[in-house]
Amino acid sequence: MSFWEYANPVKFLALSARVQPFAWGAAAVGIFVGLVWGFFFTPDDFRQGSTIRIIYIHVPSAWIAINAWIMMLIASLIWLVRRHHVSALAAKAAAPVGLVMTVIGLLTGALWGQPMWGTWWAWDPRLTSFLTLFLFYLGYIALWQAIEDPDTAADLTSVLCLVGSVFALMSRYAVLFWNQGLHQGATLSLDKEENISDVFWFPLITSIAGFTLLFIALVLYRTGTEISLRRARALGARLEKEA
Amino acid sequence: MTALLIRDLRLAFRAGGGFGLGLAFFLILVVLVPFSVGPESALLGTIAPGILWLGALLACLLSLDRLLALDFEDGTLDVLATAPLPLEAALAIKGLAHWITTGLPLVLAAPVLGILLNLPAQGFGWLVVSLALGTPALSMIGCFGAALTVGIKRGGLLMSLLVLPLYVPTLIFGAEAARRGAVGMAVETPLLLLAGISLGSVALLPFAAAAALRMTIR
Repeated sequence: MSFWEYANPVKFLALSARVQPFAWGAAAVGIFVGLVWGFFFTPDDFRQGSTIRIIYIHVPSAWIAINAWIMMLIASLIWLVRRHHVSALAAKAAAPVGLVMTVIGLLTGALWGQPMWGTWWAWDPRLTSFLTLFLFYLGYIALWQAIEDPDTAADLTSVLCLVGSVFALMSRYAVLFWNQGLHQGATLSLDKEENISDVFWFPLITSIAGFTLLFIALVLYRTGTEISLRRARALGARLEKEA
Repeated sequence: MTALLIRDLRLAFRAGGGFGLGLAFFLILVVLVPFSVGPESALLGTIAPGILWLGALLACLLSLDRLLALDFEDGTLDVLATAPLPLEAALAIKGLAHWITTGLPLVLAAPVLGILLNLPAQGFGWLVVSLALGTPALSMIGCFGAALTVGIKRGGLLMSLLVLPLYVPTLIFGAEAARRGAVGMAVETPLLLLAGISLGSVALLPFAAAAALRMTIR
């Protein structure tokens, strides 16, 4: 009984079918509790007023946007090394989710920035690196769609994901070169003095957990769809050959 | 390896090889800038390093689809893939040939165009240095992008979408070095980082490009 057993699509689908109800349910509960708690049962921030509540969508979506790419990177590596199709399809399935989360992060950030910083957009290091992440998602998805042969597509997108990760990381540090910018630094770490206060922290963590579970559920679901699609194509090809 | 380099250079310099197209594009782009932002020399001088870097980058990008596509169509790449020479080396040579035919002329032409954009006198040296250090990275990243998309029909636009985000760090450091040079600030840090990106790209990207190419032509 090893982790690699789930490289078998049948086993993967069976496990996915068992896990998915819990993931969807827990995601719904987490997001609902996190958002309702955050929206209606936390005090206003003494400086930001009610706009602080955007944090309960902004931070989780940004968290998923970055971690979705890391998950795609790991899945791509598994595909390149061990050539498990499920892994390649999982990376393909995660990309649009990550793209949407990036857009949500950028939009909520703009909505939050307008009242707080007085501008929708600034060329701040964090904002800029997020925009480049958005471009990387676009390129990755476009490359998947451009290639017909599924194995070649998986190969090439995996290589792009690897190289892209390095360059995305470099862009991340390159933009730090300009200035520190408007965006605040990390304030969610467990060991720092300058954290946000617990009243905001607990609903935020609940919301982040909810978003993460939603991401897991979506990726499982979409990977299942991709597997079915692949099967349908293989069946179609076989029928064509027999006819 | 030398033979391959000479062959690529000869093909590029001959009529129809597209040599000079990138250069002409660079010239036109720079000439269009004053038309779009107005002829105030102070403003032009401020944005000159950035415009020249952006122009060089776009000129580089424009010539990328010729980098491997022709060799892919006539089967040269298949020969190269089965040749005793490692494909990594062949692609590094192709990147070098692209740099000699596109990057180097851009570096040499940039100061002349800098005059058109009223670049401050102290900025010329650093502009040339930053371009000379940065364009090898542009060529090698482009070589990777070309290898990734060579099997795709009408992959030119897709390649731009893939390559441009990869150009971001190079552009940031290169333009920053040129800008700092133009206003007389210290340029060492961005120049060193730029050189680092170039060296890293030249050292590692041939492997990524060869991997991508093998997947396409296997």
